[in-house]
Order: sequence, then structure tokens, then C-alpha cells
Amino acid sequence: MANSLYSIVATFESPDTIIKAAKAVRDAGYKKFDVHTPFPVHGMDKAMSLPETKLGFVTLAAAILGAVGMISFASWVAAVDYPLVIGGKPYWSWPAFVPVTYEIAVLASVVLTVVIMIVFFFKFPNISHPLHDTPYMKKVSSDKFGVSIQAQDELFNEKKVRELLQSLGGNVDAVYYSDEFINFKPQLFEPKFLLLLAGIAMASSAGGYLLWNKILFLPPYDWMMEQQKVKPQMVSNFYSDKFAMRQPVEGTVARGYIPYPYKDKPDDAGKYLVNPLLPTKQVLELGKKKFLTFCSPCHGNFGQGDSRLRGQFPNPPSLHSDKVRGWPDGNIYHVITNGQNVMPSYQYQVSREERWAIILYIRTLQRALNAKESDLQ
Amino acid sequence: MSATLMDYTKEVPVVEGTPTAASLDEAISKPLYTFPKRNWFIGLAISGSMLLFGIITVTWLLWKGVGIWGINQPVEWGFDVVNFVFWVGIGHAGTLISAILFLLRQKWRTGIARFAEAMTLFAVLCAVQFVLFHTGRPWLAIVYLFPYVTQHGVWVNFISPLEWDVFAVNTYFTVSAVFWYVGLIPDLATLRDRATTKMRKTVFTILSLGWRFSNRHWQHYERAYLIMAGFATPLVLSVHTIVSFDFAVSVIPGWHSTIFPPYFVAGAIFSGFAMVQNVLIVTRKAFNFEYLITMDTIEKMNKIMLLTGSMVGFAYLTESFIAWYSGNPFEQFTFLNYALGPYGWSAAVLISCNVLLPQLFWFKKVRTSLLASFILAIFVNVGMWFERFIIIVVSLHRDYLPSSWRMFIPTVWDFGMLIGSFGLFFTLVLLFVKFLPSISMSEIKSVIPGAQPSHHGNGAHHG
Ligand code: HEC
Repeated sequence: MANSLYSIVATFESPDTIIKAAKAVRDAGYKKFDVHTPFPVHGMDKAMSLPETKLGFVTLAAAILGAVGMISFASWVAAVDYPLVIGGKPYWSWPAFVPVTYEIAVLASVVLTVVIMIVFFFKFPNISHPLHDTPYMKKVSSDKFGVSIQAQDELFNEKKVRELLQSLGGNVDAVYYSDEFINFKPQLFEPKFLLLLAGIAMASSAGGYLLWNKILFLPPYDWMMEQQKVKPQMVSNFYSDKFAMRQPVEGTVARGYIPYPYKDKPDDAGKYLVNPLLPTKQVLELGKKKFLTFCSPCHGNFGQGDSRLRGQFPNPPSLHSDKVRGWPDGNIYHVITNGQNVMPSYQYQVSREERWAIILYIRTLQRALNAKESDLQ
Repeated sequence: MSATLMDYTKEVPVVEGTPTAASLDEAISKPLYTFPKRNWFIGLAISGSMLLFGIITVTWLLWKGVGIWGINQPVEWGFDVVNFVFWVGIGHAGTLISAILFLLRQKWRTGIARFAEAMTLFAVLCAVQFVLFHTGRPWLAIVYLFPYVTQHGVWVNFISPLEWDVFAVNTYFTVSAVFWYVGLIPDLATLRDRATTKMRKTVFTILSLGWRFSNRHWQHYERAYLIMAGFATPLVLSVHTIVSFDFAVSVIPGWHSTIFPPYFVAGAIFSGFAMVQNVLIVTRKAFNFEYLITMDTIEKMNKIMLLTGSMVGFAYLTESFIAWYSGNPFEQFTFLNYALGPYGWSAAVLISCNVLLPQLFWFKKVRTSLLASFILAIFVNVGMWFERFIIIVVSLHRDYLPSSWRMFIPTVWDFGMLIGSFGLFFTLVLLFVKFLPSISMSEIKSVIPGAQPSHHGNGAHHG
């Protein structure tokens, strides 16, 4: 099988001799040589005159890539793509993204450093190198220290190399290889293999998408979605009225709710209720907002009864009538709370405070639209 | 180390005697080539049955749901999270030994580093399965644990400590696995060259990727190792910090505490070393590795346990003090409830196992006794498990509203998961010691006397 000479090799017994040998080979001017030791020997880089490794730059780039990539991704997710209020925090709560950013930076640096080292620095995986499976390799993988000078070296001369290694006290041997079987390039980059990888990647992402977005939501995989628990709108055979939802016990008062005592008694409301708010700028602004939201569709933006509903609902009377202007605040409060004829009650949409603010705003409108001469001064 | 007076100015040799490199290869790879002893099979049978119990539990769990456990309001986190934190904690010793002690140039780590790293991997695996299964429908977990595009269009919540935890634990597992594998490559190549059967040869050839012991490679390799150690060190501290955030960021009395991160990290190292100690002593006995895993190493591990145990004890004191000092009645009640409530016995177990018993390590006699080290390490493991039990279950079972107080009573399936995780762990450990070199051959060869050129001291890899 032996076809071409790959290299002349020599094994040595101790770390001291291998350092000496490495120095001698280097000084003799050989470039394509290598030292093989079962473990890293101190001072070998210097003896072989190897340049400082550049691996650190790879790590730095990977760390920056990981950190910047992760914090941008988290920011995009939380603040741009699908903003959700969580715990009342701002969308872009960047301090909360620090832990994940840190973890991904570490992950990227370690994984990329190792992968790039293995693939680009070592040119691995490559399991058919000429040195593999030789007696030489078996020795240096256990306890011997070896030097190998390749036949491709410009200065290579088999006799001279043998003499040099022998003079250093090495146990000299030669390594041959057969052209058919030996591959100097890593097999990783063969187009067929890369194609296979791409195929696997595509198949698994498509499969994953189908699985987690479609299949798992179809029967029979959705069995846990039906659970033996009662939900508000369901029928329940447990209660005699067949409602799953229960009514509160009679007389229950919701928290923060004060019952309205003047139902059907507008005059009492006018008599006894007093507006607790003062017409400050803040209150009027609140009143304006709520009026425009809840009242203006029917009553018009200025309360003139010019509905924006184009006849889909009976137009209400103007709020600038003498009647309403003459009403005490309590009467208007009563109308909002209770409704009046076709006007529905707004007690569930508009809080008590907001009702009083709306009333103050109506008063302002009334004053503005029915200004007296004296007001202009 | 039988000498009564130690000379601290002199480096203690990492391995005892003067073994040759070839004999080390022989000794370390021996379990791979010889038919295992009967004890190994007995061990495998026991751990395998425990694992089987776990598998049955998980099958039932997947079918029925997490309701088979004893959890219910207000104890929503039961054994699942207790075991998760327990195993993650154990996982910390490995990286500590392989990365931090590496950076600190502690050569005694050489004999145990590979082992500890493997244990890290297995322990984190055990931990991960608890989080995975406690999600209820783990096959959907990928959708809500990882930022994966789904039909809902909603992403994961990066503001939540639980999500940080997903990232931390996964990063930790991946980095540990890479660290471990990179360390294994030269040994796999050695095994490839020692292989006698075709099958072994093929497997090791593929796994070793074609490693040639070239010094042009060693140069990058050593730098990569240094870089990884540099990254793994803050990583290992961050992982348990983030695990502690799961609790500390909430507002539950007993959880909401700023001391949690350092306290958890110390506890993790404590329990991790205890577990390594246990497994190490057994391996040392089983494979006659007395001269590789030396008494000196075991003593040093005991010292670290003494240190971290005392730190944990100090943290208990600080926490209790702060609970009293805060003036917060809920906080105060929680701490009184730890000691005097219905689970008070677990606090007693905790204090005696974690704080009092490790103090015996002050005595050199105890530190250098195999039996004592082994037993105390078991106690530490028990104590650390109860620490998590107290933090999680006992804090939860009496919350703000007395009307919702409820005892947590674990079901047989809770124990099934716990026992199953031990089964998984020990099965993996047993397979590991049988099928892979449990001590780094290339590293130990580099620290035996005469392994390095004479003008350098003999030392482990450095960058
Ligand atoms: C769905 C349309 C609609 C909305 C919205 C509405 N109203 Fe009315 N409102 C009416 C109608 C219609 C009447 C006349 C009812 C009647 O026939 O007595 C009325 C009557 C009134 C009256 C009594 C006027 C009078 O002359 O008797 C007041 C005061 C009033 N609304 C205030 C409000 C306020 C304040 C709001 C906002 C909270 C509001 N309304 C929202 C339709 C509406």
C-alpha cells in the first residue's frame, strides 16, 4: 500500500530531549515539521517558534456577537414586535435583559471558540491523515515525544533529515501514505456533506414548525385542553339552576361600591347630592375626556343635542336648555347614574368621580355657549 | 499523606509514587477493557431499578398530569422545584473544580476534574428533567421556554427570572458539555490508539475527530481551555445566582431576600463537593485509584466543605437576623414557622446536617478518614436537600392568608421522581466509569514527576 513518503519521524524519551530536538529542527530551517507529545510540554511554542495563537480574537468577536445579538433580540421582542405590559414595567426594561444577554454571550463565546478552533484551526474532523494509525502515532499518544518532518518541506532531503534526527538521539522511522485513501482536507467541507447538513436543517425546522404550530393543537394531541373544571359560561349539573356561575349572596356589596340611594328619586338627588370636586384644570380635562368618550356620540361635542349617530338613535335634547342649566348638579348626576327614559345608565362605565368631573365640564360648556355680556370683560 | 507535620513550603505531589506515563494509561483505561466486577453489576442493578421507578413515574405523569404529585394551593412548587435546585446545586462542583481551580492553578484538581465535570453534566441533566416535566406538557415546553415563533405570535418574557433560568441552565449545560468534551478529545485519541477491537477503534476514531497530538494544535487547545475556564468561572456563579432569583425576585416572605444569590452559590458548592466526595470515594475504592485520587485531594475537598458549610450557616444566621430586624410581621412569622411550625423537624435536620456536623472537619483525624468523609458527605447532601425543601415548601405552605394554609404531603409519585433522578444519576455515573476514562490521562501524565522539561516546574496545562 505504501506509495509516497509523508514524513520522517523520530521519537524521544523525555521532555528535555524533545525540546532540544524541536529547537534543532527549527534551527536547521525546516518549516513543515511538527512535534507530537502526549500532553502539552512547557516551552514548546518557543522551541518551535510558533506565533502567538489568535484564538482570543475569535472569542472576543463571538462574545460581542452574542451580547449584542441577544440584547437587540430581547429589545425587539419586548418593545417592538409584541409589546406586553408585564408587572407595570416599561416595555424596554433593559436591565432585566442583562441576565439573558450575559448567558448568551458566554454560550456564543465558548461554543464558537471551540467550533472555530476545531474546524478552522485544526481542520478537523479529519480521520484519514497519513499519521493516523501508524506505530509512531501509537507511541506519541501514550508516552513518547515525537518529531515529524514532512517530505513537502522545501529543504527536505531524506538522508539529511534522518541524520539530523539520529544525531539528536531519536528513534527514527518513516511514514508513508497511499494517495487513494488519504485526504488532506477536512471532510466537513465536501459539498455532499454540506448539502446533507443543509437538508437536515431544513427538514428539522419544517418538521418543528409543523409539530409545534399545527399538529400538537389538533386531536388527539389536545386532550389536556379539555379539563374537568367548571368555567363561567358552562352548564353545571351540580347546582339546581344548572348555572356553573354563581350569584353573589344577597346583600353582597362589591369592594369600593356604594349603593345609590336615590333610584327613581331625581329630586332628592338634586337636593342632597353635592359636587365634591372643584373645577380645576385637571378635573376639567378629565371631564372633557370622559364627556367626549361617553356622552358626545349622542349629545354632540358641545352638548347641543347634535348627535353624531345620524338618526340611528333619537336625538337627545340640548344640554343648554334652561331646564338643565337650572338643575342642581345632583340632577345631572342622577341622569348619568340612573339614565332617563331612552338614555341608558352609565354607572358601570363612568366612575363616581368621573361623573362629577363630567358635570363640571358640562357647566363650563353651558357657561361658554351662553356667555353673558359681563363674562367678556 | 501520613506525615504528621506537613511542610507547606513544598508542593505536594499530585499523584503518589512515581508511576510512568504508560502505566497510567494502562491503569486509567483498564476499566474500559476488562469485564466489570460483580460490584459494578450490583450497582447498576440497583441504580437501574431506581431509574425504572422514575421512568414509570414519568410515564404516568405524562399521561395524567402534574396532579399526581402532592402539590396544590398554596404549595404550587413541591418536590419538582426542590429537586431541581438540589441537582443544579450539585452540578456546580464540577465546573468549580475544573474551571475555578484550574485558573487558581490548583494542581490537585487533576485527578478529579474529569469526574467532577461528568457529574456536573449528569446532575444538570437530572435537574433539567424536573423543570421540563413540571411544565405539565413538556412537548410544548419548547414553545414557551424558548423564543420560538408560534401561532400565537407571543414571545417568551425576558423580564421573568424563570426565563433567565432557562437561559442560564441551558447555557450551563452546553458549556459544561463542551468543556468536558474538549478535555476528552486527547484521551479519546489515546484510546483510539490503544483500541484492540474494530468496534472500539471506529467509535473512538470518530469521537476523537482525528486528534494527532500535534503541538501546533496543543497550542490553540491550551488557549481554548484557558478561555473556557475563564468563561465558565463567572458562568458557574451566575447560574445559581439566577436560580436564586427565581425566589428572591418574588414577594413571598422567606424568598424576597437580597442575600439569596451568594447564599445559594455557597450552598451549591457545598452540596456539589459533598456529592463529588461520595462518588469519588466509591470509585477510588472500586478501581484502586488510591495513588491518583489521593488522601490529600480528599482532605482538601473536606476543607472546602468546611468553608462553604460555615458560609451557609452564616447565611442562615444573617437571614434570621434580617427577618427579625426588618420588623415585617410576615417575614418574622415565616422564620418562626420554619423552626416551630409543623415542619420544624426539617429545620432541625437542616441545622444539624449542614451547620453542626461539618464542623467535625476541623479535626484532621476526621478530614483524613475515608469513612468519616463519606458519611459526613451523605449528611451534607441530606441537609442541602432539606434546605431547599424548607425554602420552597415550608415558606409556601403558610402564606399571607391563614384560610389558605395547607400541609404539603408528598405522594408516592413525588418520591418516584426523586428516586428516579438518583437512579438516572448513578446509572450515568456507572456507565461513565465503565466506558470513558474517568481521570484525564493527558492531564495526569503532564503532572507526574519528570513530565515537564527540567527548567520548568512540573505543572498542569496552562495557556
Ligand atoms: C345613547 C345616547 C346617549 C348618550 C351616550 C348619553 N345620553 Fe344623555 N340623553 C340621551 C337621550 C336620548 C336623552 C333624552 C332622554 C329623554 O327622553 O328624557 C338624554 C338626556 C340627558 C339629560 C337630560 C336632558 C334633559 O333635558 O332632560 C342629561 C343631563 C344627559 N342626557 C347627560 C348625559 C351625559 C352626562 C352623558 C355622558 C355620560 C350622556 N347623557 C350620554 C342620550 C344619550
